[in-house]
Amino acid sequence: MKYESQRVAMPYFIFALVLFAGQIVFGLILGLQYVVGDFLFPEIPFNVARMVHTNLLIVWLLFGFMGATYYLVPEEAQTELYSPLLAWILFWVFAVAGTLTILGYLFVDYATLADVTMNRLLPTMGREFLEQPTITKIGILVVVLGFLFNVMMTALKGRKTVVNIVLVTGLIGLGVLWLFSFYNPSNLTTDKYYWWFVVHLWVEGVWELIMGAILAYVLIKITGVDREVIEKWLYVIIAMALITGIIGTGHHFFWIGPPEYWLWLGSVFSALEPLPFFMMVLFAFTMINRRKRNQPNKAAALWAMGTAVMAFLGAGVWGFLHTLAPVNYYTHGSQITAAHGHMAFYGAYVMIVLTIISYAMPIMRGRPYGNSNTAQVVEMWGFWLMTISMVFITLFLTGAGILQIWLQRIPESGEALSFMATQDNIALFYWMRLIAGCFFMAGLVVYFGSFLIKGQASPAEEARGPALQDA
Amino acid sequence: MAERFTKSMARNIYLGGSTFFVLLFLVLTFDTQSRAMPERDNRDQLTEQVVRGKHVWENNNCVGCHSLMGEGAYFAPELANVFDRRGGADSEVFKAYMNAWMNAMPTNVPGRRQMPQFNLTDQEIDDLSSFLEWTSKIDDNGWPPNIEG
Repeated sequence: MKYESQRVAMPYFIFALVLFAGQIVFGLILGLQYVVGDFLFPEIPFNVARMVHTNLLIVWLLFGFMGATYYLVPEEAQTELYSPLLAWILFWVFAVAGTLTILGYLFVDYATLADVTMNRLLPTMGREFLEQPTITKIGILVVVLGFLFNVMMTALKGRKTVVNIVLVTGLIGLGVLWLFSFYNPSNLTTDKYYWWFVVHLWVEGVWELIMGAILAYVLIKITGVDREVIEKWLYVIIAMALITGIIGTGHHFFWIGPPEYWLWLGSVFSALEPLPFFMMVLFAFTMINRRKRNQPNKAAALWAMGTAVMAFLGAGVWGFLHTLAPVNYYTHGSQITAAHGHMAFYGAYVMIVLTIISYAMPIMRGRPYGNSNTAQVVEMWGFWLMTISMVFITLFLTGAGILQIWLQRIPESGEALSFMATQDNIALFYWMRLIAGCFFMAGLVVYFGSFLIKGQASPAEEARGPALQDA
Repeated sequence: MAERFTKSMARNIYLGGSTFFVLLFLVLTFDTQSRAMPERDNRDQLTEQVVRGKHVWENNNCVGCHSLMGEGAYFAPELANVFDRRGGADSEVFKAYMNAWMNAMPTNVPGRRQMPQFNLTDQEIDDLSSFLEWTSKIDDNGWPPNIEG
């Protein structure tokens, strides 16, 4: 760690991981409710647990992105963070607001929550992923603006690297697109259309810039490959992401009202959306193969390769599986969507945050060459347990989805099974998904356990000579 | 990548490509929203009651279990065509059905998925019914494939 102010990333990472654990607990509750329908009813109905599960994900990923940014921007810019104090204040504002919102979901009836937070003044609640009370949405906006100010003041006063430029561009996009969460027209089709400006243009747009920049930074650090080469890859990847992903938004416009030309545009462009993720796989593996140094933090390198591969599988392959309009006609809103959602979020965004944590946390804890070998082995066990569990969660949900389509969607009206009758028929897949989810939780516990192991790697483990000073 | 392909070329593809596609997306959005949608979303029937029904839908987080036009959670049935499925495409029948349904929840059948009791007024149930009826009439390119949603 070259700059003391980078350390402000630490609370962000820790809080992100705490929320991650909460997300998985609620994931298990949901998984059980899928097969034991009245589990925890009426105390925690499914809709509440789901809201907690998805909102915790969004919030902890934002904490992760912010932590990553506070860590890497000063080092890239070669200057201290503009205001560590502001970063600390915003941390507490965001942590308190986020916690209160989650507690509100759990302990206050949603309609009452809408009422007491005066949703009627500016109704924004009750839409998938955007369930937060309007006041929380404003809070998120304030935190993001303060964060952007702090980061841009830092980036602008120092060295302007491509990693910083791309990361800050992605973060500005994140903030600007968030504004659409405040737009909730009374026409449902218009509402849905602009809702995707937040949801799709985040995860299949600007978040890919953030992911690409973090991955590029970690690869520069752990491989010692020339920055020029890495920056060129980064530009190509984010170019592909935006060229395919922006018009690719059209794959969400097939069945919610917009005209038929979106069937073509959405199909063609989103069929190309796997390209940037495939390039990230090539990028990560090529850079690590061409490494100029053998840094001892093997766990970070595993996460970096893992995030590229799993993002390609989850976002790329599982996205492509159901993105063509004639296929999506049958798969839309089925368990196939859930399968894709799980692996894509885990592969692309959970794993990129865990990548930067794996790289940066040991350094912030005074272990510049990484954790001890034992701790890394335990961390890698956590990696494999979580990742393989997620593969199985995805496969079981895909199986459930295929059967659901076969029973409920393909037959003619009158012959098709009803939604609930179909759910009864595919319960076995939900049980297996739940078991895979329990293994995921076990993996998370193992991963957390790796933080408790003392000791650090030594510079002697650098097999190919000393670390190159980053140019 | 070959040396002939330089970083500045990569940057130009990124800047040029993303600018072009952002602009194209804005043009398509303008066309969709201003030309196409008025003919497809039957907005002339978007009454005050439908708008109130949308707020009932939102304030009770219905999308946390159900899907609407395929979007939402997949824990409970699709509702964009429930007007056709349970109401036989008849407003009065559908409102009567909705009233009976909403007041009968939860079923409390052991082990079954449970829908909470939202304590909606008769007026709110009528508003919600109007919203779902209006939604069922949006031109959505013929989705879902059959009545089961």
